[in-house]
Amino acid sequence: MTLMQKFLGASAALALSAGAALAEPALIFDLGGKFDKSFNEAAFNGAKRWADETGGKFLEIELQSEAQREQALRRFAESGANPVITTGFAFADPVSVVAPDYPDTKFVNIDGWMPEVPANVQLIGFQEHQGSYLVGMMAAMASESGTVGFIGGMDIPLIRHFGCGFAQGVKAINPDATVIANMTGTTPAAWNDPVKGSELTKAQISQGADVIYAAAGGTGVGVLQTAADEDILSIGVDSNQNYLHSGKVLTSMLKRVDVAVYDSMKAGEGMETGGFTTLGLAEEGVGVALDEHNDALVTDEMEAAVAEAREKIISGDLEVVAYYTNDSCPVLDF
Amino acid sequence: MDVMPKWAEVILVPLISLLLAAILSALVILAIGEDPVAAVKLMVSGALGSTYGWGYTLYYATNFMFTGLAVAVAFHAGLFNIGGEGQAMLGGLGVALVCLFIPWPHWTIAVLAAIIGSALFGALWAAIPAYLQAKRGSHIVITTIMFNFIAAAVLNYMLVNILRPAGSMDPATARFPEAVHLPSLHDLLAPFGIAFSKAAPANVSLVVAMIACVLVWLLIWRTPLGLEIRSYGKSQRAARYAGIGSVRITMIAMLISGALAGMMAINNVMGEAERLVLNAVEGAGFIGIAVALMGRSHPVGVFLAAILFGFLYQGGAELALWTSIPRELIVVIQALVILFTGALDNMVRMPLERIFLALRRTSKSKSTPAE
Repeated sequence: MTLMQKFLGASAALALSAGAALAEPALIFDLGGKFDKSFNEAAFNGAKRWADETGGKFLEIELQSEAQREQALRRFAESGANPVITTGFAFADPVSVVAPDYPDTKFVNIDGWMPEVPANVQLIGFQEHQGSYLVGMMAAMASESGTVGFIGGMDIPLIRHFGCGFAQGVKAINPDATVIANMTGTTPAAWNDPVKGSELTKAQISQGADVIYAAAGGTGVGVLQTAADEDILSIGVDSNQNYLHSGKVLTSMLKRVDVAVYDSMKAGEGMETGGFTTLGLAEEGVGVALDEHNDALVTDEMEAAVAEAREKIISGDLEVVAYYTNDSCPVLDF
Repeated sequence: MDVMPKWAEVILVPLISLLLAAILSALVILAIGEDPVAAVKLMVSGALGSTYGWGYTLYYATNFMFTGLAVAVAFHAGLFNIGGEGQAMLGGLGVALVCLFIPWPHWTIAVLAAIIGSALFGALWAAIPAYLQAKRGSHIVITTIMFNFIAAAVLNYMLVNILRPAGSMDPATARFPEAVHLPSLHDLLAPFGIAFSKAAPANVSLVVAMIACVLVWLLIWRTPLGLEIRSYGKSQRAARYAGIGSVRITMIAMLISGALAGMMAINNVMGEAERLVLNAVEGAGFIGIAVALMGRSHPVGVFLAAILFGFLYQGGAELALWTSIPRELIVVIQALVILFTGALDNMVRMPLERIFLALRRTSKSKSTPAE
């Protein structure tokens, strides 16, 4: 009996030290799935870049159900993974519950919000409305009909936040412009419904829209596809999606989730935690994608206007109203 | 009249269906270059190899017991309730309102109130399609499935605009107060000296689900109302001739069905998440259909089928955690089980019936000369 106990104790100690020595980072993707060509994929790309550069390995899981959130967090923390990075606001609550149980593990949540941030948790947020404002300006300049569209994923405040910044940018260029806003759905399935994205695109085109901004995760793939088929312009989101339909995608609103993940993995166990990091235009956390695929679409005028607005937003001369400020948008009704 | 003996009907048919699904799944796993034997081992050890695994398996199973029973009760009345999903969502809303806005002194009282709240909301949500079916003849399959989408929209509206705490981005309610947290199996079994994993979400709702199984059995087979429901389900005309009101039975069966589906919320909302999230039900309402089909609409069958599906869910989660098998493939495996046990039932049943008939004939022809 005592021998058995000693043996068990030794193996437990071994397992613990092995866990500490391993310290692989772990990445948990939200329900949208790893290859959504958008938000989660940006996170994956950041992790991949870290792995390629350092030769390190990371653990990962794509969730299937809500109950798996806490499960995956605990399993990775117990296996010694550090830091454990989660994508999506829905992780904020499970992280705030799990983190105090594993004080030696660092947790990162992208897009989340907590009333109180535990000492071993870092929250990373983005100023999506600023980036959306810039692509909104470009949309208004590229539009000939004076009508532009916004297609959101699931109808939640975060997506309204995108749409609100976009509408403000549009109105800044052309106060008479019409912004049509639609949400794909009210369930998480709305993040991955390219068919419905395509239908909404057609509906918006029939209402006169000739530039459409998709902030809808995997659903956006259908929006961009239909826009290209119908020969109008589209705007991608999160990752650089210009290449999906070269010459048909006006630009992409970059949300550098990849940079956030890469930096967190690089910092590893020593990363600073216990607060919020906000990445805006100044930190290049959000921005506008310019590359060889949209070279022909972006005029010098657009570039100049965007650069000017960017400077103004960074210096504080221009304030883009965040939807969160009072849960409503000054220029757009949802 | 029965072609097959009862044991073959209840045990052999589902078992062969499962075996076929397992063989096909193994082929699929082989095709993507993974080891099916290792995958099965991982699923079994992950879902049943520890109290932690059991905790998750039973947690999922509890959800499926409620929704499975809901579908089963409606089946007995000849009604196909596809709206378990929406009814469970509304049940969640009921639980959230009960837990958030009334200061309960202790969970034992809160859970009773939550059961009533969830059952009431679920039943209300089923009542509208039931009324339309009973009075207007609007087909219940169409109306219940449409009500799932309306439920999602209602829940979305409530969470985004009304119940969401200020500042939070997540469309979810605040956490329920400490007093209404349900004890997990860890807390329940500790006094008996059984060490059950602390991290697993299985909770006292499992007991409620098992009681519900017994009550449904009593209702369907031991009460006059159950007899009426069953006879209405077997033949509506005959039932009407016997003086059983079709409006009454449709309404009652659907109200019970909706209440059972709604009660799932005490497990996933009150027991596990301890807050209401938008995606709380995540398909359990639909899995309930498969569970009821596989369990032959009998509470014992529903109980066992629910545990099987709980195993598939938790085993699938372990596969996703520790292998590179993509999650889509795990859905394929789950779908194969549903396909074989639910939809392709006759594929196994008919050949089996033929075998049993043939056996009976040979045994008869053998026995005749002796007479």
